[in-house]
Amino acid sequence: MSATLPEPTAAAVPASAPRSLFPFVLQLADTSLILAHRLSEWCGHGPVLEQDLAMANIALDLLGEARSYYQYAAELEDQGRTEDDLAYLRSAVEYRNPLLVEQPNGDFAHTIVRQFLFDNFHYHLLRELKDGPDAQLAAIAEKSVKEAAYHLKWSSEWVIRLGDGTEESRKRLDKAIATLWRFGGELTTPTETEKGLQATGLVPDYATLLPAMQAHAEHVFAEATVPLPTAVFAQLGGKTGRHSEHLGYLLSELQYMQRTYPGLKW
Amino acid sequence: METLEQVLTPEEQFQARIDADVRIEPKDWMPDAYRKTLIRQISQHAHSELVGMLPEGNWITRAPSLKRKSILLAKVQDEAGHGLYLYSAAETLGTTRDQMLADLHSGKAKYSSIFNYPTLSWADMGCVGWLVDGAAILNQVPLCRTSYGPYARAMVRVCKEESFHQRQGFEVMQTLCEGAPEQKAMAQEALNRWWWPTLMMFGPKDADSPNTEQSMKWRIKRFTNDELRQKFVDMMVPQAEFLGLTVPDPLVKWNEERQAYDFGEVNWDEFWAVVKGNGLCNHERLQARVDAHEEGAWVREAANAHAAKRAARGAAVAA
Amino acid sequence: MNQSEWPLWEVFIRSKQGLDHKHVGSLHAADATMAVQNARDVYTRRLEGVSIWVVESKHIHASNPDDSEAFFDPAADKVYRHPTFYEVPESIKHM
Repeated sequence: MSATLPEPTAAAVPASAPRSLFPFVLQLADTSLILAHRLSEWCGHGPVLEQDLAMANIALDLLGEARSYYQYAAELEDQGRTEDDLAYLRSAVEYRNPLLVEQPNGDFAHTIVRQFLFDNFHYHLLRELKDGPDAQLAAIAEKSVKEAAYHLKWSSEWVIRLGDGTEESRKRLDKAIATLWRFGGELTTPTETEKGLQATGLVPDYATLLPAMQAHAEHVFAEATVPLPTAVFAQLGGKTGRHSEHLGYLLSELQYMQRTYPGLKW
Repeated sequence: METLEQVLTPEEQFQARIDADVRIEPKDWMPDAYRKTLIRQISQHAHSELVGMLPEGNWITRAPSLKRKSILLAKVQDEAGHGLYLYSAAETLGTTRDQMLADLHSGKAKYSSIFNYPTLSWADMGCVGWLVDGAAILNQVPLCRTSYGPYARAMVRVCKEESFHQRQGFEVMQTLCEGAPEQKAMAQEALNRWWWPTLMMFGPKDADSPNTEQSMKWRIKRFTNDELRQKFVDMMVPQAEFLGLTVPDPLVKWNEERQAYDFGEVNWDEFWAVVKGNGLCNHERLQARVDAHEEGAWVREAANAHAAKRAARGAAVAA
Repeated sequence: MNQSEWPLWEVFIRSKQGLDHKHVGSLHAADATMAVQNARDVYTRRLEGVSIWVVESKHIHASNPDDSEAFFDPAADKVYRHPTFYEVPESIKHM
């Protein structure tokens, strides 16, 4: 049997593709890559074999999605950079992922809360993007939204299990929520760049995503018997390059080979 | 007229079925020693997959390109899958995964010593795929016809997936060997470290392998250690030559008469030292597994507790 | 030994529409929802399936190998159950 890993492909960019989308596509790419990287750190260390496989599946989905975005971003930029140049040769302050996804794995409860916050946004965003005006972005979203639907199901069920599980799991979940919830707000708080793109209709208005996100969170937290946090301060910065200290360490690992051996093929 | 059953003991009937290549299934009668041998062998195999995730897993975060990162993650994940298939096969013999893990964690159960060697460079990902998985496949392909049904079926699944592993490893090596001088040097250096430990994967020499004869008779094993080792060398030396790499054994030489390669003697002192726990990574590999299991206990307990609550409520599954 | 091990489930996969679900192996899961999802994550990573069944292993009842002669051998001499037992004149079509 031959090796048949599906290669993410990006179709040729239509001449009308708006260059202005570049920073947004790059932001999506960085976000999926950094979260995939974090999840991949679990590989071999999961709480049970079956969930080790589940997390690797999610990481692989996100990695594939990131590659599609990077390839598209490279075409939009049209400066001869490749997906790997964009992923491996930019510094922390040039990365545009929200703070949430670079937060360390912590215990399983932290990983689940981080994942739930992200999935709940990601899924609802992709549902809009797949019907959006940019054909290439819509095509990537069309494929990814199916994956994201599964991710959201997975993380939602784990929030419920941990919330309505044992005393210890509840305590750990509460702690994870206290640590990570403040990073959720950045996902739906548009930067100036995003606002500009929202004004042109290329990027959905995040306010329109909020009711569905809120409804899903309410449903899950009710099942989990956990009060849904309200009026949490939103820690912003990642999407404009103001990152937490964690990202630098992550990138020094991620980029180690490309930085140590510049310009080689692997 | 007496039927066969009246003449033969259960052991003899069992052996007759094995000799006729009839698969043994979980509820069939089997000698205790057969059951024990299988549990030992299958769980050891499962543990090897599980521990085997660690040396490669530690390069997932450092893979040099997005494509390589995806491939490596998928590959290491496959190993988790293989471990799972094998634990499941062993569970049909009446043991539990918890019991097998307890034996791994206490040091009672063994896993393949190869994983007690460190992975130091990216080329090690090539060597592990090309050499280590190559050696594993030689061991595993005959097991697709092993006498115990669930084990054979698990191995069919494993082997299907494993061939991608070896190919990606070879491709990593080939890319390095066709690359810059420092990449080629990286490949050679890795081969120098991995060659001998890989030869050790086939186990002690036949003369020092007391279980081989019985295992062959039961068709749990279908080739001896030395046969497989020779096959491996014959397979790998030409591949190394193709890559332009030198196998670190000055005694490797084609023997026209035997139609096989001669090769040097494995350092058996090193082999036994690593088996007995004195490899560089024995401690940290085992500790990593113990940590994952212990730190995961509260997660598994929470899921059980929630399932029990839900069952008690008789509530429909939502979310 | 701790008590955290999840129950064992048997997994059956339909590889494509029109075919039966076939036993592919087993896994551990805390509940049925998780068992289906674990089966998806473990056993369908290479497009192996379009539908999944899971059943907790303890609910499977199997025939006993000791009964196999009494169970299965009696079917061996019922050759008249098979169409090849009957001779049909060559001129008769569609039978």
